[in-house]
Amino acid sequence: MYNQTEIIKDTTNLGPDGELVVNMGPQHPATHGVLHLVVTLNGETIKKIEPHLGYIHRSIEKMCESLTYRQFIYVTSRMDYLSSHINNTACALLVEKGMQIEVPERAKVVRTILNELTRIASHELWIGAMAMDLGAFTPFFYAFREREMITDIMEDTCGARLTMNYIVPGGLMYDIHPDFQTKVKAFVKQFKEKVTEYEDLVTGNVIFQSRTQGVGTLSYEDAISYGCTGPVARASGVSCDMRKIAPYDAYDRVEFDEVIETAGDSFARYIVRVKEMNQSIRIIEQLIDNIPEGDFVGKTKNVLKLAKGEFYQRVETARGELGVYIVSEGATTPYRIKFRSPGFSNLSVLDHIAKGSKIGDLMATMGTLDLVIPDIDR
Amino acid sequence: MDIESIKSYITAHAPEATFDETGEWLNIIVESNHVKPLAAVLHGQPMQLDFLFCLTCVDYKTHLTMVYHLTSSKDRSINIVIKANVNSADPIIETVSDIWRTAEFLEREVFEMFGVEFLHHPDLRKLILEEETAIAVDEQKELVTEKKGYWPLRKDFEDPINMIKL
Repeated sequence: MYNQTEIIKDTTNLGPDGELVVNMGPQHPATHGVLHLVVTLNGETIKKIEPHLGYIHRSIEKMCESLTYRQFIYVTSRMDYLSSHINNTACALLVEKGMQIEVPERAKVVRTILNELTRIASHELWIGAMAMDLGAFTPFFYAFREREMITDIMEDTCGARLTMNYIVPGGLMYDIHPDFQTKVKAFVKQFKEKVTEYEDLVTGNVIFQSRTQGVGTLSYEDAISYGCTGPVARASGVSCDMRKIAPYDAYDRVEFDEVIETAGDSFARYIVRVKEMNQSIRIIEQLIDNIPEGDFVGKTKNVLKLAKGEFYQRVETARGELGVYIVSEGATTPYRIKFRSPGFSNLSVLDHIAKGSKIGDLMATMGTLDLVIPDIDR
Repeated sequence: MDIESIKSYITAHAPEATFDETGEWLNIIVESNHVKPLAAVLHGQPMQLDFLFCLTCVDYKTHLTMVYHLTSSKDRSINIVIKANVNSADPIIETVSDIWRTAEFLEREVFEMFGVEFLHHPDLRKLILEEETAIAVDEQKELVTEKKGYWPLRKDFEDPINMIKL
């Protein structure tokens, strides 16, 4: 184990090949949370990266073993806090699958719209934060201008701006706000006008391009072998969108394209996310005028009990494939629960793709992996 | 490949494997020392199950069960689960991290949460928990020597600060 103060005191830490061990994090502006990377350097070249996790480990899997099937959903909003609606959807879908609960059409459509709004909000935060890591401050304000509209919609819908809880087994907690459709339409209109500004500010920027193109290249084979999913894998040409592979909620009735790039570098990962935001807008546009009337929650028993057996549900969060694996013994609480979080697998590839590059490029590589630390630590 | 041809292919390579089709996906149950050879067979042609999307362990009190969820990047409709029981007193199993690189981190997590030892793992250390957990150091040493109640996700884990039990 590396002790931070010891390393700073010990100036004779240079190895025989001039290697230097540098601690990056746990408090570092580019790690977006409490990620601790122990970086072995030779000059400015990275020799090895060792992630040290657990600074925000809350033992969610163990905690869920003593929570009922209605309660454990609320904990999952605290995992990947930028995709909380999508995490809740995964848990709700699993309980519905295990108990054969019929979900009303209205709930399915509203869930899909909320999931896509969440995805846009997550990518907006990412585009601002990543550009700031690379030294561009302005995109942050541009991105948060649109993100603010989404957080307002979320606040109307479920009362929270972050760690939202709205999706429950059987449907939704409440009916949608009367202004929901008008506000979403206003957002869609503004987003379509303003998204070109990101392109002008960031995509076409020469400095941004030279800092990301060819940096942190991940090959097709490695993306599969390391279990990468989401935009990280799709930038390397791997088709892995759970919305296409195993459609849930209303994804089987909407038209959208799975964005796939083949370059595999940081710039390709950036392009995939920007294009994905446009696809999300496309999905919302198809659904927002066609929200069916009717109940917002199906009939469920007061006490939920899953049958004895094993259940697995996969959804596509903003970061990739989230899997929820439950072993049930027929009780009101899960016997064992495992969250396969996308960030965990995406982080494991960091050492492989950053090895041999300069330490300055590590910011671009790490930024485009889009790591959310509570999702990794759980 | 349909389920029947998958089953006959697996039986040809691993005659001792048993199948369980009660769940959503096909479960293959094997002995713990047959996991590695079976994994190599499934990863190669013609199955090409090259995507390990979940690796975890379940504590059934009498024994631990390693669970591997596999799929193929060529055909994502094929989903296969491998299960192997290991002894809870002294759990040892061969690593699959040289077949699927993602297993390296996932096995480290299982090692620190359940105490399963993975043979030939390149870097088997704690990943999430620090050596100094909330347990007092002398108490921790005692627990390590007894090998009892020390692994956090096992059912017999004695929570020292009573945080998890609500």
